[in-house]
Amino acid sequence: MATLTLENVQKSFGDTKVIHGVDIDVADGEFIVIVGPSGCGKSTLLRMVAGLEGVSGGEIRIGGKRVNEQEPMDRDIAMVFQNYALYPHMSVAENMGYGLKIAKTPKAEIAARVQEAATLLQLTPYLKRKPRELSGGQRQRVAMGRAIVRRPSVFLFDEPLSNLDAKLRVQMRLEIKQLQRKLGVTALYVTHDQVEAMTLADRMIVMNAGVADQIGAPLDVYADPATAFVAGFIGSPPTNFLPAARFGGAEGEMLGIRPEHLTLGAAGAGRIDGRAVSIEPLGAETLVHLRLEDGTAVTVRQEGTAELPAEGAEAGLSWATGEEMRFDDAGRRLR
Amino acid sequence: MADRHTGMVEKRGAGLWLTHAGLILGVLFIFFPIWLAFVASTVTQPEIVHPPMPLLPGDQFLENYRKALVSGINAPVARMLANSAVMAIGIAVGKIVISILSAFAIVYFRFPGRKLFFWLIFVTLMLPVEVRIVPTYEVAARFDMLNSYHGLILPLIASATATFLFRQFFMTVPDELAEAARVDGARPMRFFIDILLPMSRTNMAALFVILFIYGWNQYLWPLLITTDPEMNTIVMGIKQMFPSGDDIADWPVIMATSILAMIPPVIVVISMQKLFIRGLVDSEK
Repeated sequence: MATLTLENVQKSFGDTKVIHGVDIDVADGEFIVIVGPSGCGKSTLLRMVAGLEGVSGGEIRIGGKRVNEQEPMDRDIAMVFQNYALYPHMSVAENMGYGLKIAKTPKAEIAARVQEAATLLQLTPYLKRKPRELSGGQRQRVAMGRAIVRRPSVFLFDEPLSNLDAKLRVQMRLEIKQLQRKLGVTALYVTHDQVEAMTLADRMIVMNAGVADQIGAPLDVYADPATAFVAGFIGSPPTNFLPAARFGGAEGEMLGIRPEHLTLGAAGAGRIDGRAVSIEPLGAETLVHLRLEDGTAVTVRQEGTAELPAEGAEAGLSWATGEEMRFDDAGRRLR
Repeated sequence: MADRHTGMVEKRGAGLWLTHAGLILGVLFIFFPIWLAFVASTVTQPEIVHPPMPLLPGDQFLENYRKALVSGINAPVARMLANSAVMAIGIAVGKIVISILSAFAIVYFRFPGRKLFFWLIFVTLMLPVEVRIVPTYEVAARFDMLNSYHGLILPLIASATATFLFRQFFMTVPDELAEAARVDGARPMRFFIDILLPMSRTNMAALFVILFIYGWNQYLWPLLITTDPEMNTIVMGIKQMFPSGDDIADWPVIMATSILAMIPPVIVVISMQKLFIRGLVDSEK
């Protein structure tokens, strides 16, 4: 168990800069999720911590010790890969014990630690099987078991749930969280799924085009996004953006309002009118999609019991001024 | 569940019988010359040269085979079989070892001239043994490799085909596997031995079969490089058994030798076939 520090970490492939300097101090035992769209550099950042990619600038420290030049095996980390990367010709037990075997751990200790991890992950009945004889969820557990038996300082997860079906994903998400809590190991977890990020993270890093747009606790990030990108990426359905000029703001500025902060009323009664183009009743809540005069799409989320406008009808939108978020033309939050 | 038996290849009634009759006829057609060779190896010399040729085995089986194995014509066939086995196994194993290592280097390491080396290896595909035989002979002779096992094996050991095949296979192995091994602490050779080799098992078995037969059937090169009958391999040895001048060919012994020459490749194919099929059934990736 250890702290993890990234200090102005940068990465370039040739002349192309993909990570523009990321700083974060991860406390011992903290669960950090790096979230962002594909191509934002989140996997590259994780692989740099793992030692699978070189570091072009800045410093990575694990437990206070600089690891930039160290091989992955010397960094005291364990990694769970997206496609599990289990060794196909080895049994579950051999897969989990391989790292220890290389480290020349005594056989009895390997067996004991594999057994312990298997019990924790409910894999005991499968120890003798080959990976191909397991289901997706079981393979995922083996990959985690392989990380656990090495008792690393830091767990690294590279989109570990994206190959599972939706139901299993929710279940494994819970298991990963509980496991990390129980073991108290620092974890760095990469995902493109903002729900995973919200539910797992102690703090999350929202990455956009190689820059950490915001670092913070999930609810803080949700309630108080630092950039228009974060406001749009975190939360589903995403934040609505309206040109601020119509409501007294400067030209080029944008106004962001969360769907749940909008209320529908009679046409002309709100701050702006829109035409209801489609309505999605989800039971507990209903999503109403509207189109404004200038073509901007707006989504309103309201209680399932609230009155609905007819499809195609005009409706007035209103919101409390305190809920609006202002962004300048570069997407930065104006306070 | 019952419908599953009416598969696409399922034939019924007359179609089934016709298929089988066709297959049996084909087998007989292919097998007939081998049968004739076997019959010829079990009769006496006069019986062969007097037409019509017998179609049923005679009573000289033990006699002819004993003669072939122990004394042969120029050299005992047992000796030639051993020579062929050393050469074929040497070539097959050597080719696999060298090509799997070069494929490992080409796929997993970034070194200057990597592409160049790959294409250099690839270009050698265009030069069969026969084309480069004179310079190869010259080199072998100067290294004093005439009439020796390494003279038989070494010039034939580099294989672009096998390198290419392993390269293609390694490129289908997911990168994450190599990365997982790195995180687990495996250095490159450890990864090669613990992960890549076991995964290539079925490819190696397939290649071994092909290369063993390639080595076993070498004719021109052993003919050039061995002058001592004790170093003859069996395939060229059969040709050497034909008489020069007015001697009479000892057909029963020559035929017995031919049959003996066929057995080892057949054994290799049949024994490796199991591994082959297992490899096809449980794909490990």
